[in-house]
Amino acid sequence: MDFNFTEDQTMLRDSIARYLQDRYDFDTRRKVVASESGWRPEVWKAFAEELGILGAPFSEEHGGFGGGAIENMIVMEEVGKALVIEPYLSTVVIGGGFAKHSGFAGASDLIGGIIGGETIIAFAYAEPQGRYNLADLKTTAKKDGAGYTLTGHKAVVWGAPWATHYIVTARTGGSQKETSGVGVFLVEASASGITRRDYPTVDGSRASEIQFDNTPGILIADDAYGLVEQVTDEAIAALCAEAVGVQRKLHEGTLDYTKQRKQFGAPIASFQVLQHRMVDMFMNLEQSVSMTYMATLKLGEDAEERGKAVSSAKVHIGRANKFLGQNAIQLHGGMGMTDELAIGHYFKRATMIEGLFGSVDHHLKRYETLSFGKAA
Amino acid sequence: MNLDFAPEDVAFRDEVRTFIAENYPAELRGKQDEGEEMSKEDFLSWHKILAKKGWVAPSWPKALGGTGWTPTQKYIWSEEQARADTIPILPFGINMVSPVIYTFGTDEQKKKFLPATYNGEIWWCQGYSEPGAGSDLAGLSTRAERITGDDGKEYYLVNGQKTWTTLAQHADWGFFLVRTDPTAKKQEGISFLLIDMKTPGITVRPLITIDGAHEVNEVFLENVKVPVENRIFDENKGWTAAKFLLAHERSGIAGVARSKRGIERLRGIASTQPGDDGEPLLSDPMFKRKVAELEIDLTALEYTELRTLAGEAQGKGPGVESSLLKIKGTEIGQRLTDLVLEAAGHYGAPYFRGFPKEGGNALPIGPDFAARAAPTYFNMRKTSIFGGSNEIQRNIIAKMVLGL
Ligand SMILES: Cc1cc2nc3c(=O)[nH]c(=O)nc-3n(C[C@H](O)[C@H](O)[C@H](O)COP(=O)(O)OP(=O)(O)OC[C@H]3O[C@@H](n4cnc5c(N)ncnc54)[C@H](O)[C@@H]3O)c2cc1C
Repeated sequence: MDFNFTEDQTMLRDSIARYLQDRYDFDTRRKVVASESGWRPEVWKAFAEELGILGAPFSEEHGGFGGGAIENMIVMEEVGKALVIEPYLSTVVIGGGFAKHSGFAGASDLIGGIIGGETIIAFAYAEPQGRYNLADLKTTAKKDGAGYTLTGHKAVVWGAPWATHYIVTARTGGSQKETSGVGVFLVEASASGITRRDYPTVDGSRASEIQFDNTPGILIADDAYGLVEQVTDEAIAALCAEAVGVQRKLHEGTLDYTKQRKQFGAPIASFQVLQHRMVDMFMNLEQSVSMTYMATLKLGEDAEERGKAVSSAKVHIGRANKFLGQNAIQLHGGMGMTDELAIGHYFKRATMIEGLFGSVDHHLKRYETLSFGKAA
Repeated sequence: MNLDFAPEDVAFRDEVRTFIAENYPAELRGKQDEGEEMSKEDFLSWHKILAKKGWVAPSWPKALGGTGWTPTQKYIWSEEQARADTIPILPFGINMVSPVIYTFGTDEQKKKFLPATYNGEIWWCQGYSEPGAGSDLAGLSTRAERITGDDGKEYYLVNGQKTWTTLAQHADWGFFLVRTDPTAKKQEGISFLLIDMKTPGITVRPLITIDGAHEVNEVFLENVKVPVENRIFDENKGWTAAKFLLAHERSGIAGVARSKRGIERLRGIASTQPGDDGEPLLSDPMFKRKVAELEIDLTALEYTELRTLAGEAQGKGPGVESSLLKIKGTEIGQRLTDLVLEAAGHYGAPYFRGFPKEGGNALPIGPDFAARAAPTYFNMRKTSIFGGSNEIQRNIIAKMVLGL
């Protein structure tokens, strides 16, 4: 057993942390969030060229550093700490994940584009009617010569306004909620038949509703529900790492603030009820770290073990996000309510992570099914 | 002991219900349904209708415009307003400063301020909190010095800063706590001043909250001249008035009726929103259980409030139970918004402030209720912070009820 990072992994963490500290301060982020485009392509370029982190989880033959899920975890925790908007999760973790595991004909090119920073991916999986069920798909894919054309409405596609490509789940067969007949497609953002409606998200990112209407797409994998689950599990583990970064900031920020803030002639951190609250925040955070490690290390196991690990991590993270977020605001008093302080923004991101790729209830149910069987 | 309303209470309920149904402005209803930000005129439109009817200030003494309703009738009134989801009457004028004015004010002050407040001609803001004085309100440092003006009249010269001042951007007048004797013990050197917000030297700066709303402000006071006759009660005795006001601020804070209405709305949402299996979320045992638990907790709060009301009817003042009602009421209100956000699923993420939900192209962005779900959840965090934070309320119960 070994929970230590290798030298390379430590270097990876330090270099991204240093970069974000210098170039991704809270005020700059606020300005970017409010800007027309809502992100900074030059940051993405720096990720690719200056830091080289976009290649972190790819093998050397693909032009990467030979890392994997642990590298994603390391990057995502820093993403969480700085509230990075740029779409590492959907591009590197999800886009990269589909390319790696499917090995479809365009995989190498896609990975090359990701590592080089030219290819930016958004994952169009959710649909208005489907809640968190990955198989609930009305979007259809029809064979059209060598390729396919897609038709359907995809909901809340995070990062879509910036993407060069979408990875889209669509039915090649089966009925609406069946796990068979789920295909995964690569669609160029500039392809025909796409109507997109962009909007900001409550935590400072951007997303879109996307309507595909006979839009051409390349098949990444057919009958691929298992692959969708696998990549989504990898995304959830990475998201848990982001949550750890967010939670660290919520905890640290609250500790700092309550030590400085004086009421009744004493730092409010000296009040025992607040101390216990911060201890509970700390315990939640520590266990979030543990669960994130556990889930990340089990991503290579069979589908059932992997699913149980990831869902239990997401359950804990969802609850811990709520506890840390709400109490960080509470302990800041009025200051927690203002948009001018970073703490409220960490709370908002923590809140969104609670629901991303499935709520606490969703993952509790999934855990129960995997652990006790469907009949239980 | 029994739980029935008397027949006259039932008749009263019907009367009130009909009045609201017939008189509530339709434009306001539309704006509420759309989740639009309310303008000053919006807030005042319902206020003015109620003022005309004589119902805007049920708790005032009858001679001053109160309704003389029994506690049960007042309870019914708040239930019916919530049921009809009317825009709340802002508390600062009617429920906060007016009781201070009619309890501690001079006849001139009563004449000048009470009718105008009643009719919605004066919009009040509350200038208590300061950057350095929140929970420890008595630690406030905004300074007021007595001076004689060029006109030979007596003034206070006020310097300092207030913060979190709700809707001060609309305010005509503010009631402020200021320090008139910096040498006295904390609570003993404070005075209660009414200040015209148009007085030179006052700057109101918006503070945007995490939901994106402009609801609170910083108020800077720089050499603001306030006529001495705008002081309520004795100099250096402002704390007495302030404490009296805080008791008023807490009553009604349980929000039982609004939470009941909120649960009804939540049930409506959850019976149309799909769960993971495509069936309504309300048939998901896990979601349903959370709604059930919330209802049960609300019932516990409701009957606690009813017991308090019954006690009041027998002449017991709103006591320290109000701390219990505040804590539980705000916790329930917050959980409610949390469940609405959970029900929104993916559609909790889109953010529409300053961004048209309609228009652009026709692609719909989720169900209507979802647009306000996250901002409302964020905004409601304030309720366990203001009005005496929930930690401070627990301190009060520990000290005053449990004698610890
Ligand atoms: C949206 C909003 C609207 C408001 N509107 C107004 C208004 O119109 N007018 C006005 O005057 N004020 C207003 N307030 C201010 C409000 O009354 C204060 O925020 C409140 O009194 C708390 O003070 P604080 O923010 O300075 O927090 P602090 O007092 O610094 O408290 C920070 C944390 O410490 C805890 N704490 C403090 N003391 C103790 C203790 N002794 N024991 C245990 N825990 C403790 C608190 O519970 C809180 O969790 C508003 C606030 C908000 C958020």
